[in-house]
Amino acid sequence: MTQPTSLLRHQVARSALLRQRPGQVIAAVVLSMIVLAAIVPGLFTDGLPYEADPLATLQPPSLTHPFGTDANGRDVFTRVVYGARHSLLAGLGAVALAVTVGTLLGLIAGLGGRIADEIIMRLVDVTMSLPNLLLAMLVLTLAGPGALNSIYAIAIYIAPGYARLVRVQTMVIRRSEYVQAATALGLRRARVVLAHIVPNAFVPLLVLATIEVGTALVAAASLSFLGLGARPPAPEWGAMLAAGRDYFSVAWWTAVFPGLAITFTVLAITVVGGALQRRLEGLDGPEGGN
Amino acid sequence: MAVSDGGGAGPGLPDNRPIIEVENLTVTFGAIRAVRGVSFTVRSGECVAIVGESGSGKSVTARTLFGLPGSGATVDATTLRINGRDALTLREKQWRAVRARLGYVLQDALVSLDPLRRVGAEIAEPLRLHGVLARDRVPARVIELLRAVGVPEPQARAAQFPHELSGGLRQRALIASAIACDPDLLVADEPTTALDVSVQAQILRLLAERRREGTALLLISHDLAVVATLADRVLVMKDGVFVEDGPVAQVLEAPSHPYTRALLAAIPGAQSKGKWLSLPTGSAQADPVPAPSTPGPGEVVIEARGLVKRYGTRIAVNDVSFQLRAGQTLGLVGESGSGKTTIGRLVLGLLTPDHGEALVDGVAWSRMSGRRRREVRRHIQVVHQDPLSSFDPRFDVRQILDEALLVGGVPRAQRRARAVELLEQVGLDETMLHRRPARLSGGQRQRLAIARALAPGPRVLVCDEPVSSLDVSVQAQVLDLLVRLQRETGLAYLFISHHLGVIYHMSDEVVVLNDGRVVESGEVGQVFTAPRAEYTRELLAAIPTIRVPAGAGIGGSHAEFPQEATS
Repeated sequence: MTQPTSLLRHQVARSALLRQRPGQVIAAVVLSMIVLAAIVPGLFTDGLPYEADPLATLQPPSLTHPFGTDANGRDVFTRVVYGARHSLLAGLGAVALAVTVGTLLGLIAGLGGRIADEIIMRLVDVTMSLPNLLLAMLVLTLAGPGALNSIYAIAIYIAPGYARLVRVQTMVIRRSEYVQAATALGLRRARVVLAHIVPNAFVPLLVLATIEVGTALVAAASLSFLGLGARPPAPEWGAMLAAGRDYFSVAWWTAVFPGLAITFTVLAITVVGGALQRRLEGLDGPEGGN
Repeated sequence: MAVSDGGGAGPGLPDNRPIIEVENLTVTFGAIRAVRGVSFTVRSGECVAIVGESGSGKSVTARTLFGLPGSGATVDATTLRINGRDALTLREKQWRAVRARLGYVLQDALVSLDPLRRVGAEIAEPLRLHGVLARDRVPARVIELLRAVGVPEPQARAAQFPHELSGGLRQRALIASAIACDPDLLVADEPTTALDVSVQAQILRLLAERRREGTALLLISHDLAVVATLADRVLVMKDGVFVEDGPVAQVLEAPSHPYTRALLAAIPGAQSKGKWLSLPTGSAQADPVPAPSTPGPGEVVIEARGLVKRYGTRIAVNDVSFQLRAGQTLGLVGESGSGKTTIGRLVLGLLTPDHGEALVDGVAWSRMSGRRRREVRRHIQVVHQDPLSSFDPRFDVRQILDEALLVGGVPRAQRRARAVELLEQVGLDETMLHRRPARLSGGQRQRLAIARALAPGPRVLVCDEPVSSLDVSVQAQVLDLLVRLQRETGLAYLFISHHLGVIYHMSDEVVVLNDGRVVESGEVGQVFTAPRAEYTRELLAAIPTIRVPAGAGIGGSHAEFPQEATS
């Protein structure tokens, strides 16, 4: 527990952020710990996620097992730490895929002429009219359950919203004075699109996407919970939650700690993403006036 | 007090009592002292003008009179009396009673009027709020007020929303709501800055009428010419203090402070033609601009032949023709909606005309291949009215210039050095390279826009209202810069503006536009001193002008607007 304190000190030394926005600093610290756990889980625990001790099943939290053990005698803390990688990858992967596909579709719709616009946007309308989780379950039923397939399934329902956003941004920016100025300057069309339209259409999406990593993470956990995503014995938080459900009345810790992990991760991502958004908007602020 | 017509003091009976008495007023925002010990008095039937540039503290002074200096402000004064009441000790509730006797007209009527409320309701509000009139008589009074400020068809207008009215009508509606309770004092903060000249003249006439009826006027403006038509006394404000205070004739004809002299010299127009607008430090006289090294106009670089552009059923540009020669400036002048900006975009090849042709070096845009168009674009660059929105918000100064130099075919290795050269050419320096335009001042942004336009090595600059959003002295610097660049490089300018003084100062030849048509064109001195078209005459007559000691203002020596004696 010395690590978060020293990180906090570092933050305070760099700026007065802690005093002004303590929530953001705590969220940033929590998030960096989770990311660290995803990259080097060995830093936080000596155990291994599949290591079972048949003699110590369903042990309550103690000094040797801070989060207790599950029905197979595996250390819940170790599994939660190792689960960070699964959950973060699922959230990041789904959003990254959705951003890529959504941006491409949005750009084609915004710049590619009326026919392309009509086709893409009607497809987007159809996809967005279906309930999210239902669409994901449909995809997973067709493609078969699994961690990777659940990433595709989530991306498929996030991407259309991104496509819409990018399309609108593209159309606004295409008519903006700085794009006209760039054209009047004598730049090639390709450069105007790549250097001015695409990056400026992308910035608001990036901010939205940061926050949506949390949502995608919950979706991935939900799919695992339903048995459609990552399968046991993988230390995935949703799958652990599902497994812990059966023992909830006798061993609450098997479900509560993976659940808390999901909650804190999503909360941290949302707070940090929101701060990022405000900062970017603050930077854009003075443009509106003179 | 019951209000039915005219004024409480009785029309035409200015009793000369002081409405505003201010002594040693200081307004501070934290460490910033916005107003630093100013004193003035405004009497009924008198018009006092505070003249100054942005940041001089003039608007803060005006707002303080309403008890609204802004958040975090500390107000201090020896005396601050409004209508005989000591305003220093007033509580919020008491302020409301004081404000009921004052009227406030702001610059931008569109943002000052509630967009979701009909004009009539907006004007009725003060009448209801201050309970000066029986409820059932309010609607009739609203119509009366609208008629009094010269709004045609007042019944129909009262039922409309602010966005449905033109800028001039909106400003009148705002004045109507300000005078609804027949105030003792009307404060007008830049009341005509956003308006076309002919509308401006109407609004000024309206304000003069109020003053004749006994209302005291406090006019806040950066425009000395506007002030000259209306004010009895002028206070010139700079950095929170009055540097000059006197009767309007004395201040304008025999200014004692160098700042006032600089402000006067910075006004572009007939009297400034052929001279620099920025005074050399310590001098009272502007220096003449040296003659161009290559005398006489060069070959035709831009030509418009019978340009027509329609938007739906509206004809924005209707049969417009002109020629622009190397080293010359052609002014396009007209009020908003006259088609000047559309012509600029046609000439730049950004729009395709429905009829006619825009030619660059004798070749029409329509006859060029895509590659050729890009090539030609290098030679004809543009400077916008709002430079900030013409820069990619993600780019810093170096990236902006780098891209323009790329167009100019400058090799990557030389671009940085060339960018610094360009910055120095427009009066900026190397330290700006890594700043973003949002962090530059208005004048610096416009200089940067000019530097970017110069980067590809153009022969023509289309300047679309390049100084309209700038303060007088910054405007003077930017115009001087453009003149100097033309002398040095032989650039040709297509200069688009609604400001006749700026056009007169800058142009060799001028094209006067109205509703997309050419009303008149020719050598600038001839058009402005001996206009042939009725429209040009009206336009010129509408300009508020200053009688300057050196001689005549634009279009003669009248220091007033038509049908209205000023003093």
